[in-house]
Order: sequence, then structure tokens, then C-alpha cells
Amino acid sequence: MNDVAYLRIDLLQLTLAAGLIAVNVGLSWALRLGLGRSLVIASARMSSQLLLVGLVLDWVFALNDPLPVLGVAMVMATLAAVSAVQRTRRRFAGVYWDAFVSVVGAAFVVTGAAVVGILRVEPWFEAQYTIPLLGMVLGNVLNGISLALDRFTEGVVARRELIETYLSLGATRWEAAHELVRDALRVGMIPTINSMMVMGVVSLPGMMTGQILAGAAPADAVRYQIVIVFMIAAAAALGGTGVTLLAFRRLFDTRHRLRSDRLRVVPRR
Amino acid sequence: MTQPLLTATGLGRLVDERWLWRDLDLALAPGETLAITGGSGSGKTLLLRALGGLDPLDAGEVALDGRSQDAWPMPDYRARVRYLPQRPVTIEGSVEDGLRFAFGLRVHRGAAYSRSRALDLLGRVGRDERFLEARAASLSGGEAQLLAVVRALLLPPRVLLLDEPTASLDDATARDVEALVADWLAGTDDRAVVWTSHRDEQLARVSRRRLELGGPA
Repeated sequence: MNDVAYLRIDLLQLTLAAGLIAVNVGLSWALRLGLGRSLVIASARMSSQLLLVGLVLDWVFALNDPLPVLGVAMVMATLAAVSAVQRTRRRFAGVYWDAFVSVVGAAFVVTGAAVVGILRVEPWFEAQYTIPLLGMVLGNVLNGISLALDRFTEGVVARRELIETYLSLGATRWEAAHELVRDALRVGMIPTINSMMVMGVVSLPGMMTGQILAGAAPADAVRYQIVIVFMIAAAAALGGTGVTLLAFRRLFDTRHRLRSDRLRVVPRR
Repeated sequence: MTQPLLTATGLGRLVDERWLWRDLDLALAPGETLAITGGSGSGKTLLLRALGGLDPLDAGEVALDGRSQDAWPMPDYRARVRYLPQRPVTIEGSVEDGLRFAFGLRVHRGAAYSRSRALDLLGRVGRDERFLEARAASLSGGEAQLLAVVRALLLPPRVLLLDEPTASLDDATARDVEALVADWLAGTDDRAVVWTSHRDEQLARVSRRRLELGGPA
């Protein structure tokens, strides 16, 4: 393992990097921002979570078996679904399940299609490819889902009277809600479009940067990046659509009634 | 005796685990205007919403033409039993856009918007073409109520559920609305109205029968 094409980072170097957080803590202290405690906790969580993931992934990579890869993938998807819901303020019974179904549906289908159909990784469960790709896709699906869900549920509350006016005029639940659904889908997809616009010009994407640091030729790294961006775009769109339609079914019942009574407000984390 | 148009049997509504009203029966005959009275919080609005099929029922059944609400496709039911909220919201765009909107719904396919018919109805409540071209968002609360009544009558339902329909209107215009609704009611013999109001003398004018809601016990 010593002939890698990059500089390895030892514990002393990690500690030096952690010292950078002193900038934030110092600012928080000088300006009385009251963020010192949160900064320290967040830094500790980030470092320990990542170190732990490193160990788990080392282990999974070594096993070279599809089951642990799928297990890790399911855990990642569950965490993505939970985080997506926790970013929203209005919840309904079943929202975690709806988010989970959308995350798994969107991320697994797109990652699976890319790994098997585009990159042609063999065997398909080769953790070196599936896990990082899935992780990238999940992070963005999470974002798309939480934005779409938030927009849809907020829209239901903000436009409740208008929706009921449509319904009382004889609109079906779809006729009454499709504008809201469309809004939610647009909001879920916009971050992907925005990031594609400036990619490589304003931002150098993390995965590409990582590959270059690891010794890959920039021209190859860029190709991976293009593949992953298209995967992200497709998965975020699928996930946003899935979760919005599932939420629509919960908040508009089959008797074409708006069930805003099923929504409750939870403090955003 | 003719068959009632709209009936409710054993109706009940739970709010915060208390019955706001329960075991409520009513029958609405064709041509009739029923007044619903009761203090604030007695559940007049919730009763109208239940009759209009906008809220789930906690007990009982509503039927139109002897057919249970549950058996009707809801859009068809609501096209026949139309609920008008006390504070109607306007649809984006001009007043006329808002009136046209409902004609685009699937349940009203076959019906065509007629500007002259809209102007005719608006004329009855003292409004003209300028009102049609006004921006809906700029209407006052009273004007939004007028718009809602006209919108309802353009696609005539069988039963109108009016929740304080003139609450934001001056007396003279309120009387215009009463006359407009009365004429619509007399138009054919298979229509009926349910009306709530805080104005006692108005209820006395529009209806001969009252249903008093007791309010929270």
C-alpha cells in the first residue's frame, strides 16, 4: 500500500488541519456569535463519522461480496431519507416512508443503470465504484427531495383556500394540485441545473478534485465528473417527483379532499 | 311530498375529541332556503363544509337525490352542491380569468363561458365591464364575495351552501345578492339554498325555516 500516487495524511497532519477550526471558534468568541459549542461538536462529529466510515469501507472493500455492499447502501439510503425529512418543517404520517421509497427508487435505479449500463463495472458490486457513486447520488437526491417536499407541503398550507376553491368548483384532486406539484418539481431540480451551469468554471467538483489528488489524469477525472453529474440530475428529478407524488396522495385523499389536517409543524433542525 | 334534494342523517363532527354537533338530521326540499344559526364556534361553517363534501364526516351520512355522498364521484357532487366560503379567495389574473377558470375543469366540459351572461349577473349587483377587467387581487372582501356568487351561478349547481355570503357587503348590495339568489332558486324547481348569516333580519327575509346549532356543550 506504500506505492500510492498521492501523499498520505498522518495523525499529526490531521490534528494540524483541525487547528483551522480555531478560526471559526475565535471569530465566534470575538463577535459573541455563540457558536463555539456547536462548532466543536460539529467538528468532532464530522471527524469521527468520517474516520468510522473509512474503517467500514476498508472492511467492505476487503470482503468483495455483494451483501455487505448492499447493506452499506441501504444504511446510506435510510440516513439520506431521514435527513431529507428533517430538513422540512411540515410533516405528515408516513413521510419518512415516502422519503425512503423515493430515495431508494431514484438513487438505486440511477446508480444501478450507470454502474451496469454505462460504466460496465465488473462485478457490478465492486465497492470501489458503487459506494462512492451511490454516495454522491444520495447526497443530491436528499437535497432534491427535501426541497420538493418542503415546497409542496408549504404550498399546501399557503394555498389551502385557493385549492379548496378549485375543489369546491368541481376540480379533481389532480386539477386542484397540479400547479403545486409542478412548483415542487421545479424547485427540486433547480439546484442541479444551477450547479451544472457553473461547474468547472466557478466550482471544481469534489469528486473530480479527489480523483486528481489521487493521481488520476485530469482528462479522465473530468469524464467521471460528467457521468456523475448526469446521474445526479436524473436521480434528483426522479426522487423529487416520487416524493411529491407520494405526498400528494397523502394530502389529497381519494374523495378529492385536501387533508391539510394531516400536516403538523415540527421545528426545523 | 316530493323527495328531498339533500339530506343529512345522524351527522356528527368531532373537534379536539369533542362533538361540535352530533345526531344532526336535515332534509332540504327543492325550492327551499334553510337558514343555519348559532353563535360563533357553533360549527356552522364546518356543517356547510361537510354538506359540500370538503371535510370527512365523523358520523352520519349526506345524500344528494337519495344517493349517498360516498357513492358520488366527488367532482360531480361538488359541481351540484357548491360551497361558498365566507372569505372567498380570488383566482390569479383578471376577474374574468377567474370566472373562466372553472369552465376548464373536466367536470364542466361541455359548458362554455359566456361574457354576456357574466355581465348580466354582475349587472344585478351593480357591477359592469370594468369589474370583469379588474385585477382579482385588487378586489375588496365584499367584491370577492360578489365574484364568488357570480362564479357559482355561472355554472349553476343544484344546492348552494352560502357561508355568510354578504358579511362584507353594504346593506343595499346585500339585498341585491339576496334577490339574485332568490331568482336563481326560482329558475327551476330542483334547486335549494342553505344560508348562514349573523344578520337576523336577513335570515328572516331569505328563509322560513331555521336550524339552530347548539354550540359546544
